Amino acid sequence: MTGLKAVFRELAGLFVEDGALALEIIAVVILAGVFARLLPDRPAVAGGILLLGCLAALGANLARAARR
Amino acid sequence: MTGSLAHIGPAMTAAFLGSAVEAVEALTIVLAVATVRGWRPAGLGALCGLVLLALIVVVLGPLLNLVPLHLLQFAIGVLLLLFGMRWLRKAILRAAGIIPLRDEGRAFTRETAELREQARRHEARLDWLAALTSFKAVLLEGLEVVFIVIAVSAAGGLLIPASIGALAACLLVAAAGVVVHRPLARVPENTLKFAVGVMLSAFGMFWTGEGLGVAWPGADLAIVAFAALFLALGLGAAALLRRPSPEEALP
Repeated sequence: MTGLKAVFRELAGLFVEDGALALEIIAVVILAGVFARLLPDRPAVAGGILLLGCLAALGANLARAARR
Repeated sequence: MTGSLAHIGPAMTAAFLGSAVEAVEALTIVLAVATVRGWRPAGLGALCGLVLLALIVVVLGPLLNLVPLHLLQFAIGVLLLLFGMRWLRKAILRAAGIIPLRDEGRAFTRETAELREQARRHEARLDWLAALTSFKAVLLEGLEVVFIVIAVSAAGGLLIPASIGALAACLLVAAAGVVVHRPLARVPENTLKFAVGVMLSAFGMFWTGEGLGVAWPGADLAIVAFAALFLALGLGAAALLRRPSPEEALP
């Protein structure tokens, strides 16, 4: 059981190291998905949210890490 | 669209560089095991790890064909964003001096010391423990290689070029390890990680958007533009956040 837990922990660690960054990326993807559904004839809005949101999330996360 | 140069080049390069980083890390641990307990348990553990990885690819590979392309693009895109931005964040923080650079020499010394400590406590079971250490290193680092290869290739039908890139990197690192018999401490690991983080984040952005129905301007060439944006952000952030190293801080 402990071994299995360790494997799952390692697998999750492939994608999540800083939980806040992972959550922010997922929030940006969800927001972009909502806009893609709301404005299907203007997909550029969803694309812009996705691109700028991810860049902003990374920038903000780095700034927080530097302050710690 | 599938197989265009804008996809093949970055996919092959990302698979090569990402696999090189992981192979160097796995090699350090396998070499530590070989130094303490000899090549037999080290080689056996590594071989078992490789066999299990091959099984995972053989079982999971065909299953991906059953997933609708749109869903596959979206799922892989999100995973690539998480994986790529994790690497990029770490590489930027290391380049800025906020977290220490990975030192293969130090990792080798630590792993060797741990194995010697285990030898002191469990002499009779040590070959088994040594093989397990080697197996775990190859399996865990190899899983990242498998993910990178599948992720950069599956949504665009580029499994062969991505696999060639990954295999070339693993063979190159293994050959270098056999020749020098030491951890490859001079490989610029953080630079490689930085480059792979940029590429995987760009792929992730592209596939996530495609999965959401976004028609990116320039189609496949958007990947190059995304890579340029992530690179600019990464280099800018590393320069802005840079802290002096302990040597530089001395008067």
